[in-house]
Amino acid sequence: MRLSYTKALNRALTDALAEDPAVCVFGEDIGAGMAGPTLNLLDRFGPGRIVDTPLSEQAFTSMAIGAALTGRRPVIEFQIPSLLFLVFEQLVNQAHKFSLMTGGQSAVPLTCLVPGSGSRDGWAGQHSDHPYGLFAHAGVKTVVPATPTDAYGLLRSAIADPDPVVVFAPAAALPVRETVTWELAPVPLGSARIHREGTDVTVVAVGHLVHDALAVAEELAPEVSVEVFDPRTLHPFDWTALAASLERTGRLVVIDDSNRSCGIGGEVIATAAEGMRLVAPPRRITRPDGTVLPFAPGLDRALQPSRGQLRDAIGEVMKHRAPVRPHGEGPAR
Amino acid sequence: MTQHDPVTQHDPMPQHDPVDPVGLGSPAGRYRMLRLIRGFEELALGLVKSGEITGGIHPYIGQEAVAVGVCAALRPQDRITSTHRGHGHVLAKGAAPDRLLAELLGRTGGLNRGRGGSMHAADFSLGVLGANGMVGAGGAIAVGAAWSARQAGEDRVAVAFFGDGALNQGVLLESFNLAAMWRLPVLFVCENNGYATTLPAATAVAGSATGRAAAFGIPAAEVDGMDTEAVRAAAAEAVERAASGGGPGFLECRTYRFEGHHTMERLMKLRYRTPEEVADWRALDPLPRAAALLPPGRAGQLDASVAQQLDAAREFALASEHPDPAGALEHLYADGLRPRTGSGA
Ligand SMILES: Cc1ncc(C[n+]2csc(CCOP(=O)(O)OP(=O)(O)O)c2C)c(N)n1
Repeated sequence: MRLSYTKALNRALTDALAEDPAVCVFGEDIGAGMAGPTLNLLDRFGPGRIVDTPLSEQAFTSMAIGAALTGRRPVIEFQIPSLLFLVFEQLVNQAHKFSLMTGGQSAVPLTCLVPGSGSRDGWAGQHSDHPYGLFAHAGVKTVVPATPTDAYGLLRSAIADPDPVVVFAPAAALPVRETVTWELAPVPLGSARIHREGTDVTVVAVGHLVHDALAVAEELAPEVSVEVFDPRTLHPFDWTALAASLERTGRLVVIDDSNRSCGIGGEVIATAAEGMRLVAPPRRITRPDGTVLPFAPGLDRALQPSRGQLRDAIGEVMKHRAPVRPHGEGPAR
Repeated sequence: MTQHDPVTQHDPMPQHDPVDPVGLGSPAGRYRMLRLIRGFEELALGLVKSGEITGGIHPYIGQEAVAVGVCAALRPQDRITSTHRGHGHVLAKGAAPDRLLAELLGRTGGLNRGRGGSMHAADFSLGVLGANGMVGAGGAIAVGAAWSARQAGEDRVAVAFFGDGALNQGVLLESFNLAAMWRLPVLFVCENNGYATTLPAATAVAGSATGRAAAFGIPAAEVDGMDTEAVRAAAAEAVERAASGGGPGFLECRTYRFEGHHTMERLMKLRYRTPEEVADWRALDPLPRAAALLPPGRAGQLDASVAQQLDAAREFALASEHPDPAGALEHLYADGLRPRTGSGA
């Protein structure tokens, strides 16, 4: 079976709705399934569970919180990543804080799904943000799947999770298709995936950039052995798996399509520098500080992380040779 | 017991009445709750002054008739969302005063185990979905609770309490639309105490409060918020309509807070109301009005019973333990995820 990323999200919603009557979906134009993930859900589950909302993001997000506090498992589909800025109050100030503020009396099993996050050709300044770092920073569980099977599995886990989770489906990952010969299954939050093993350098790639990292790794294979590390969830982050990967490689490059300052890329590097094995100064590839994506395609591209930058960064970290270890210390290389 | 305990003999708080567990079904019960809220606030003000409560509180004194009148119209299964000025709502919905006070003191015996404090007091077992520190935020949360009850086929109404200041929060107006379009069983209760902190409603709210609800097709009534019985009658009508599928309602309760916006206010020496204005409203105090409905001597008995209850609450709260700092981030995630420690941990 060839599974597309969008179809995987659709399957995840369908299966979650079929399995648990508490699951419901809110969003704009979801009855018509405009964005794809909600296609046909209204026919199958009816307007009591698939709720086409007026253009009232703050109210329907709060409403979903009220519903979550009283026994439902709402999923909200946001048409545009920038809408998350409108509902920061609801997600960060309310949903995320409820459990602690009530001393554990309440949980908010709310999932936000953002299909089409990041740059989409021609959508310009207000439609091209990729704000996962903000949620990871706030402590909201944050998921960025790279492949269709992970999109399915992570969305299923997000919906089953008792806490709020924001699932970012990168626009550039939506066209990805995957041949699936196994049964689709939930993927636990907080578990990284190594797409390709390597011994020279760990490339931590977020979302759609996993595919770029794999392409570059393939290209460089004759000279450099690149490990492609996909965290899959940015909060919680699988630090154990990263430490293990750096044990093998000792070199780190992060490629992350969000803004540089205070971004997740910086966090990965800081954490590695604090306590993991590094034999070379790490590098990060991100959008520039405070980026707003310009309209002209060439300008838009110029600000996004590129394969060329990744190649260069790998070249840089490879200039540093690992110190020779005395016999018997550390894993064999 | 009758001979020795004339006070509790008539205590209108029946412990096991499933229909009226909080005991707001009688005028005596409602008076008792007014007195309990008033006394609770006075006690809390004292504890702020003595430094035992950190950070201050938003006193509800003067507005008690709204909480008591509205909650008297609710059934045990109904739910509420509350505000930064929430103690009255939380108590009137039945929360234990000793545990609410312990919460204000940040103790483990508090409703929220000391994690919420005054502005986040919640008791989910009673349908109290939380006081809320963001003005207007509870409005749409109540709409969600109403929606969810209807989806589950449950007969529950949700009430959102908010002030006149919240009328200018867009999210609240958005939620009027959702509630009206979907005919949800929700009652919006605007406690118009005339001010948002120091800002007079007269200079902040264009049109009228009821006009805003009416614009969305929501039946809206203005009621004397200093009169418990008037509030109760108006709320009962709206709750009944909502519960029987008639959609949302809106009540504007004209009321007044006798104290400052916040306990810090005195230190700041803010001047935005005249002493005459305060005195005029104090003359409308809901307590004597509710007491006047009782047989002679009854109010005094109830006062004494409340005083006893509050003494016990004070004792309980002050004896309750401070939470262990090692558990400062407990309950952050419902699934028990342990956040990484920061430099402060
Ligand atoms: C959205 C928001 N804006 C501002 C504040 C700061 N603030 C706290 S209470 C308050 C006044 C609220 O007035 P009102 O809604 O009339 O309620 P009242 O205090 O009179 O009970 C303000 C401005 C806040 N907590 N939330």
